[in-house]
This record gives sequence, structure tokens and C-alpha cells, in this order.
Amino acid sequence: MKVLVTVKEVAEVGDDFAIEGTGIAESDLEYDLNEWDDYAVEAGVQLAEADVADEVVAVTIGPERSEETIRMALAKGADRAVRVWDDALTEEFLDVAGKVSLLEAVVAEEEPDLVLSGVQAADDSFGATGVALADRIGFEHAAVVNDLEVAADAGVANVHRELEGGVEELTEVDLPAVLTVQTGLNEPRYASLRGIRQAQRKEIAAKELSDLGLSAEEVASALTLTEMYEPESESDAEMIEGDAGEAAGRLAEVLREKGVGA
Amino acid sequence: MNAADLATDGGAGGDVLAVVDHRRGDLRDVSFELITAGSELAEALGGELHLAVVSGDVERFAEELDRPGVAAIHTVTDGEEFDHGVYQQAVEALDADLSPAAIVMPNSVNGLDYAPAVAEALDLPLVTDAVDFSYDGGLSVTREMYGSKVETTVDVAGDRFALTIRGGEWPAAEGTGDAAIEPFDLEIDEAALGARVQGFEEVGGGDVDISEAEVLVSVGRGIEEEENLDLVRDLADALGATLSSSRPIVDNGWLPKNRQVGQSGKVVTPKVYIAVGISGAVQHVAGMKGSETIVAINTDPNAPIFDIADYGIVGDLFDVVPELIEEFEG
Ligand SMILES: Cc1cc2nc3c(=O)[nH]c(=O)nc-3n(C[C@H](O)[C@H](O)[C@H](O)COP(=O)(O)OP(=O)(O)OC[C@H]3O[C@@H](n4cnc5c(N)ncnc54)[C@H](O)[C@@H]3O)c2cc1C
Repeated sequence: MKVLVTVKEVAEVGDDFAIEGTGIAESDLEYDLNEWDDYAVEAGVQLAEADVADEVVAVTIGPERSEETIRMALAKGADRAVRVWDDALTEEFLDVAGKVSLLEAVVAEEEPDLVLSGVQAADDSFGATGVALADRIGFEHAAVVNDLEVAADAGVANVHRELEGGVEELTEVDLPAVLTVQTGLNEPRYASLRGIRQAQRKEIAAKELSDLGLSAEEVASALTLTEMYEPESESDAEMIEGDAGEAAGRLAEVLREKGVGA
Repeated sequence: MNAADLATDGGAGGDVLAVVDHRRGDLRDVSFELITAGSELAEALGGELHLAVVSGDVERFAEELDRPGVAAIHTVTDGEEFDHGVYQQAVEALDADLSPAAIVMPNSVNGLDYAPAVAEALDLPLVTDAVDFSYDGGLSVTREMYGSKVETTVDVAGDRFALTIRGGEWPAAEGTGDAAIEPFDLEIDEAALGARVQGFEEVGGGDVDISEAEVLVSVGRGIEEEENLDLVRDLADALGATLSSSRPIVDNGWLPKNRQVGQSGKVVTPKVYIAVGISGAVQHVAGMKGSETIVAINTDPNAPIFDIADYGIVGDLFDVVPELIEEFEG
């Protein structure tokens, strides 16, 4: 079977940052592979190692910069990658339906049996692309999966969905399916030096809208990001000043007043 | 009224359909918050609030949900527990019947499992995890980005949309209303149900119950390495406290699941909660915001944990924690 893993390069904001318009100043951002997608990549690679999957293809929506990140997925064992981007997308705050249209076109070319994506992207935390994609392409799905066993012969995946409050739902999902992967599903590996070398030779196919038979209108977003601001702090915390020793001293006082360590 | 009418009258008179959440016989808190958010939205849209109650003991649920501001409660009896296929079919059928301008769903784990599919199938723009919204001829949603470090406003084009709301952001609706309770006859397409729930499993049991502890020293990803855990263990010992953690520590296998505080772990309400190197993500805060006194030690002055802390130290845990141990042992 063929596994498609959706990965996203996410921006992380440093301790000090400046907001410029509706975004963060470029110099205050660091880019990394989305934490949830790291677990999805690992799940795909493990299926290949167990001979359940014959091929693991990573797909990302992102500008050229994101090739560095998608190469991490290749270094960890994905066979090849597809990167979708178009100049028409740079100004957009892509909505779920737009992303789904792009991924749908890739699914049509790749014809996977299983799509693994992260529960959410750490930057915008929308948490919707995988499940919306499933509906569009007519796949079954399960969201927030923290345990996975694929029974390819039986045509099902047995998953645990991690619910709130320490309860897991045990569900049998028909294949083909989209599963959104929760952290903790496995132990994502570090890329080995050999893996990193091999990744340099693996293919990353860049696709523009026209390559996918899509027009800019078809992926136009219904959403506009109109404001970004630092939330007003609702905090009435007493911030304890001073060097580590002084701060610890004052905190110790507070804690003793509360009866701690008595 | 059909969707085309709504589109031409600019959403005026647009009804709101809110889908409640329940699990294993109980309505979840977010259901009552959905009523508050849903009635606010219905008022802004000049329409009425309808609730959908799908599966389980719908009659009892409907009675509990009859709050002021709810016009009608549509009950769908098929199924016991949450099945995203049943939910999706029910909401789509209700949408066809009621043509609401907005469908509001919870951003819960089950919400994540059907809301995007519903929005996609009905071709509705979707905004998830709303913490606030306003409506002035069009919907503007407030939502957070970058781990709650910034808030954003997202404007939605069009008169019909789907929205999911974050739990704990709207007050729970109270009082008794006079909603019409209307059984909704759904013809389930069984063949389209391709995910079958086999059962449930409780996880995170074991020797320690962190929800019983009076004082918790809770460690997050700021600790960097497994070897460094000894530092916070020593602190917990010095304070006579119990050690708990945020999720990544458990994901990494450094501490067992029963130590995890948060949405998918334990809810704790100790006298004192000391968060060490924890950023304060919403799913973490959901599990500890009820603590009597919250102390946070974090290098990042913008970390959201400081918003709910009573005492904060902006500093390096590797400097502060040894000094604190010294204070209690020295
Ligand atoms: C469906 C779902 C359920 C979830 N359930 C839970 C849950 O139950 N519990 C939970 O905790 N999370 C949960 N999460 C994950 C959550 O979103 C966050 O990813 C997680 O809480 C982050 O943990 P953290 O604060 O330890 O790590 P980070 O967010 O990485 O924060 C680390 C913090 O340490 C600080 N730091 C770094 N170095 C130092 C230093 N030397 N000294 C002091 N401070 C330092 C940093 O400034 C930062 O603020 C869930 C997510 C999803 C999507």
C-alpha cells in the first residue's frame, strides 16, 4: 500500500518578537517541521519498515524555503516528496477548503491507500485539514489517533482516538482513510547522517497550480487575516524580580506562607 | 427559507444550528457554552438558535439543554455513543431542513472528528477554535496563533459559515427555557458508516494520583533532557510535593501517563501548582487552571502561563530551581 503523509513547515515565535501588520517580523520567526507531522512521518516510515507500506510520499504546501523542512521528512525515511506552491498563494491566508483542493489534486495523482496528517499545525492550530480532505476525496477518517495498527489484508486500520480526560476510543476504520496523528503515537526518530545524505538525492517534485489543473479562483480563501496583536495580559501575577538567588528566596517565603515544605 | 434566500438577504434572519457534545451518558460542559455562544450569534444574525442532539439518551439531554434563548432542540436517536458518520449525516440533514446561516460546533476531540467534514460537505467556510467573535454584516472571529502568543482577527466572506468554539471561553447557559423539542427522523445511510467504535479504554491509572496532591511541581519541555528531570525531582522532594508534567514529557516516555496534567491527562486543583518550563498551552491550562495558587518559572516573559499565574519568575529554571532547593534544604 501507498502512504501519503502531509507535512507542514511551521513558524515558531521567539521570546522577543515584533508584529508587523498581520504577521510576525521575519527575523523573529524560526521554522521547523510541525511537531504533529513528525509523528505522522514516523508512523508512515514504520509502516514501510514493517512491509505494510511499499512507498511513503510526503506532501507539503509551502514556498521554496520549506524544502529544508520537507527534506527532514525524507531524511527520516520518506521515499520522495511533493511540494505545492504558487505565486498566487503568497498573499493568501489559505483556508481549509483551499488547502484541501491542493491536496486533493495530489491525492488524484498519487492514489494513496492511507493518508497520515498531524492533528493540527502548531502555528495556526486550525486542526481541520485532514478530516476535511477525507470528506472531499471520499476516504474514511479518524481524528486524534494515538495508537495505530494497519490490517491491510482486512482493509481496516485499528486506531485509538485520544479523547479528553484520559479516555481513549477504540475504533476500526475502513481503508482508504485519512488519520490525523496525535503526539505520543510513536517515538519520532532523529535523522541519521546517512539519512540526511540520502535525502539530498531524493526527489522533491515542485508543483504549481497549473500543474495540478487548478486555477487561483479555485483555491481563493474565504478567510482574511485582518488583525494580529499581543493579547492584553489578564495577569495579576506578582512578578518576582531579582537574580536567581533573590527570586528563589522571595518565592520560598511565599511558598512557606502557603504551608509548603512545612 | 433556502440557502439562496439567505445569500440575498445578507444573512438577516439567519438561524444558528449548534451541535452539542456528550460522552458516555453525560452532556459535556461545552454544550452549555455552545448555547451561550449560539444565542449571541443568533441575535447578531437576527435569527433563532436551534440545537442538535445526536445519539444517546436524547430526551434527557434535551430537557437538560432547555435554556432560555433556545428556540428548538432537534433530537436524533440513532446510535449511543459518538460516531462521526452519524453526526455528519444528522447535521447535513438538519442543515437541509433548517437552512441555518451558521453551524456552531465544539472544538473538542469529537468536534475535530466531524466539524471539518461537515463544513467541507456543505461547502461552508470554516473557522475553528474561536475564542470570541463579532458580527457586523459579516463574521469576524478572534482566535489565537503561535501557541497563544498572539491573537488574530479572521474575517469570513459569505453569509453562511461553520464555526467551532474553544471550551471554557463562553459562560455556560443557565436557567430554564421553553424550547420546542422536535424528534428528527434521520434515515441513516448505514453503508456510509466506515468507522466503528469498538469500546473505550481508561488510561493513566497506576500508583500515583496527581489529582490528590496538595502541592505539585510540574515540569515541561523547558527541562530539555531526561537526565535533567532529577533537578525537578529534587525540588519536589524538598517541598514535599508530587511531580507532574505537561504532555511532551509523557510523549517522550520520560514520565508515565498518570503524571500528565491537561485536557487529555488529569485535571488537578492543588493548593499550589509550580509550573517549571511549561508554556501554558490551552490544553495544559485546561487541566490546572483551578489550582489555588499558581507559580510559573519560565525564561519567556510572553509565555501564556504567566497570564494565569499568581506568582511568576522570568528566569532560567536551571538557575532558579537549584536556589529554591537550597532554600528548603539549606
Ligand atoms: C488534542 C490535544 C490534546 C492535548 N492535551 C494536552 C494535555 O493534556 N496536557 C498538555 O500539557 N498538553 C496537551 N497538548 C499539547 C499542548 O498543545 C502543548 O503542545 C504542550 O502543553 C506544550 O508543553 P510544554 O509547555 O511543556 O512545552 P512548550 O510549549 O515547548 O514550552 C516549553 C516552555 O519552557 C520554557 N523554557 C525553555 N527553556 C527554559 C529554561 N531553561 N528555564 C525556564 N523555562 C524554559 C519556554 O520558554 C517555553 O515556554 C494537547 C494538544 C492537543 C492538540
